[in-house]
Amino acid sequence: MNKEVAIELRRITKTFGNVVANKDVDLTVYKGEILAILGENGSGKTTLMNMIAGIYYPDEGHIIVGGEEAVIKSPKDAFRYKIGMIHQHFKLVDVFTASENVILGVNDGSKYRLSDVNERVAAIAEKYGFIINPKKKIHEMSVSEKQTVEIIKVLYRGADILILDEPTAVLTPQETEKLFAVLRKMKEDGKSIIIITHKMHEVLSISDRVAVLRKGEHIATVNTAETSEAELTEMMVGKKISLNINRPEPKNPCERLVVSNISSVDSEGVQVLDDISFTAFSGEILGIAGIAGSGQRELLESIAGLYPITSGEIMYNNPASGEMENLRNKTPMQIRDLGVRLSFVPEDRLGMGLVGNMGITDNIMLRSYTKGKSMFLDRIPPKNLAKEIIKSLEVSTPDEETPVRRLSGGNVQKVLVGREIASAPSVLMAAYPVRGLDINSSYMIYNLLTQQKENGVAVIFVGEDLDVLTELCDRILVINGGKITGILDGRTAKKEEIGLLMTKHVSSAEAKEDESNAEK
Amino acid sequence: MLTFLTQAVRIGMTLLFGSTGETISEKSGHLNLGVPGVMCIGAAFGCVSETIYISKVGSLTDGRSFFVYLFAVLIPILTAIIGGALAGLLYSVLTVSLRSNQNVTGLVLTTFGVGLSKLMITSVQKKIISASVTGVNISFTQASKYFTASLPFANKLGVVGKLLFSYGIMIYLAIAVALIAAYVLSKTRLGLHLRAVGENPATADAAGINVSAYRYGATCVGCAVSALGGLTFIMDNLNGNWEYIIDAMGWLSVALVIFTVWKPNIAIPGSIIFGGLYIAASYINGISLATKEIFKILPYFVTVVVLIITSIRNKRENQPPAGLGMNYFREER
Repeated sequence: MNKEVAIELRRITKTFGNVVANKDVDLTVYKGEILAILGENGSGKTTLMNMIAGIYYPDEGHIIVGGEEAVIKSPKDAFRYKIGMIHQHFKLVDVFTASENVILGVNDGSKYRLSDVNERVAAIAEKYGFIINPKKKIHEMSVSEKQTVEIIKVLYRGADILILDEPTAVLTPQETEKLFAVLRKMKEDGKSIIIITHKMHEVLSISDRVAVLRKGEHIATVNTAETSEAELTEMMVGKKISLNINRPEPKNPCERLVVSNISSVDSEGVQVLDDISFTAFSGEILGIAGIAGSGQRELLESIAGLYPITSGEIMYNNPASGEMENLRNKTPMQIRDLGVRLSFVPEDRLGMGLVGNMGITDNIMLRSYTKGKSMFLDRIPPKNLAKEIIKSLEVSTPDEETPVRRLSGGNVQKVLVGREIASAPSVLMAAYPVRGLDINSSYMIYNLLTQQKENGVAVIFVGEDLDVLTELCDRILVINGGKITGILDGRTAKKEEIGLLMTKHVSSAEAKEDESNAEK
Repeated sequence: MLTFLTQAVRIGMTLLFGSTGETISEKSGHLNLGVPGVMCIGAAFGCVSETIYISKVGSLTDGRSFFVYLFAVLIPILTAIIGGALAGLLYSVLTVSLRSNQNVTGLVLTTFGVGLSKLMITSVQKKIISASVTGVNISFTQASKYFTASLPFANKLGVVGKLLFSYGIMIYLAIAVALIAAYVLSKTRLGLHLRAVGENPATADAAGINVSAYRYGATCVGCAVSALGGLTFIMDNLNGNWEYIIDAMGWLSVALVIFTVWKPNIAIPGSIIFGGLYIAASYINGISLATKEIFKILPYFVTVVVLIITSIRNKRENQPPAGLGMNYFREER
């Protein structure tokens, strides 16, 4: 194979505040190859690619394109170096046609004639085997068609290096196959393709080489043909790091929440939860591991009554009456009226959890405003609670009336968790409660969750750091593409094992194969 | 009947200016509720400049040079444009650079514009009185004659001539501006970029389009166009008589934008319908004053109906720009 270097990264470092997103990353991409970039959530894959595409500018290091040092400060610069990135979230104008989106922002000096653009779009589509109607409006398109428009947009500008950020996350297997066929054609055409993905089987099927990133660092680049799923997983999750999180044995666990066979589809008709069944016990922490967007959020929201489910039951064992109650299709308010105490720490702290412009007291009152018989609000108890949270959780804030949006991420998170805990829940669900927190704040949150567990609360913890999951949780549920791929014991689970379950391609055919293999 | 139609067109073109300007700025994502104020400012700037001009060159009596009359028309048009653009600049500074809420800023601009125009007209009246002492007769009714002067052959062509050619310069200008706006929006790269900025500023930004510049530009141009509506109302519709109901025209223009689903070319017939509905009461005999007022709300009523119909049909092309009313700034990490 003719190995001509297309782009080379030398010792690239990027930090956001005190978080190191990429550290001394070296990477080489050759012409006419497909390089897969593999890594866990937060391993710095997207950040690295954003630096090539001109979204971010590296703090240190060099980018060399075609033998010369390149300074890429904006997406426009990137296009000058013939680099184009297809983002995970499409950047398209809904009411425009495919062609109008393609031509947007391009000013090559030629006369603006949409019929010419239509022709050129059709020509590009034909060359690489896309199927697209240039005159179709974006809002009438399927997800895969939209992605096609994004790719054509990049090709129209003459990109030779294409970066695709998790292109298959939104595609069906058939659409993925089509996309891969197109990518292979582009490769033959001499283009370099960098593809970010979590899916191991895709890495193995499409890429020529794989670069593995872990915690912002480049671990290794290997030839796909010479590696295996197991080796890649091991490189991806790394060696076990001991965190010394206190994990007492669960005391008298009893069934608190029994979720059986729930399924759900999102607004676009994509199945986000597929036949999920599990039981959460009181007095234990149930961890949920999975690649971001595998259905964690939808699962928690459907338990909290915020997300509609199409089938299945969520049974809740009421500790007050000892009766089982069905939570399905109840509004959050009804769930509370039933005496079901469910505290929910949403992923998006300021979006769903707290009102940014209100102080801590007012935010606490969002949970308690229905209390009391008078038509006026009693501000004294929430205010005292606010003071208590500030003191016990060491929230650094001028006072309890300062708008929470002015607090740092860690302090906001403490307020949110503190409020949910204060309502003495029997089930506490926390999604990414330590995201963006420094190490001390993280430990404080872990201890709070452990404390709740010791108080007999059933804690459900959605996390992304496998080291934390394996040290904090009593049991770990692995979710992959809306399906449960395994429930492991937190004390014995290996990171590699979880990693494999998170990334493994599960189709019904393979599942059956596994079963038959197991029988043998 | 003929007078009714021609009057409807004249009022309609005032609204057309207002709505074309508003459409341009809404296409960029700026919901400018300051249009009524901008129209007041346009009218006031025009009147002030006219006053100064006449006091310099003397009364606009018959028999003077053609250019005296020509400038009596062009100068107010130019100053109205400048006044409108300045108001647009103020709005853009507040919403784009200082990121203030668009609705609030727009309403403030309306209040400000109405107030400012009252102040300016009061001083104009003083000037007129002081000028009359020195023997110069500043008369807007006289000036408005040149705004409404039609082509000489219009009256010879019978009904068709009356219907098509009997209007003053502002009427044709309004149609020309609306057609140009429609062409630019749908057929040029500039228009494509502008619509992208209004629909999805983040996408436009990623495509290398300067969102702030487009919003500034569109709002200033839009306000300048709207301001001409105010001038048209005074100098053409009211034949030079100042009345404090320009802001009502402004609100009608905002309604017209919705009525015509953000399309300046549809706004041309739309504005005539609105103009007709607005003045219909005066041309129907034997109805009470109260009924007349009910007739005047017909345009708003029709707008509500259109809004309901377009919402039910839910066709994406007939919806307001998706980014309307939302300020854009790149997210910082």
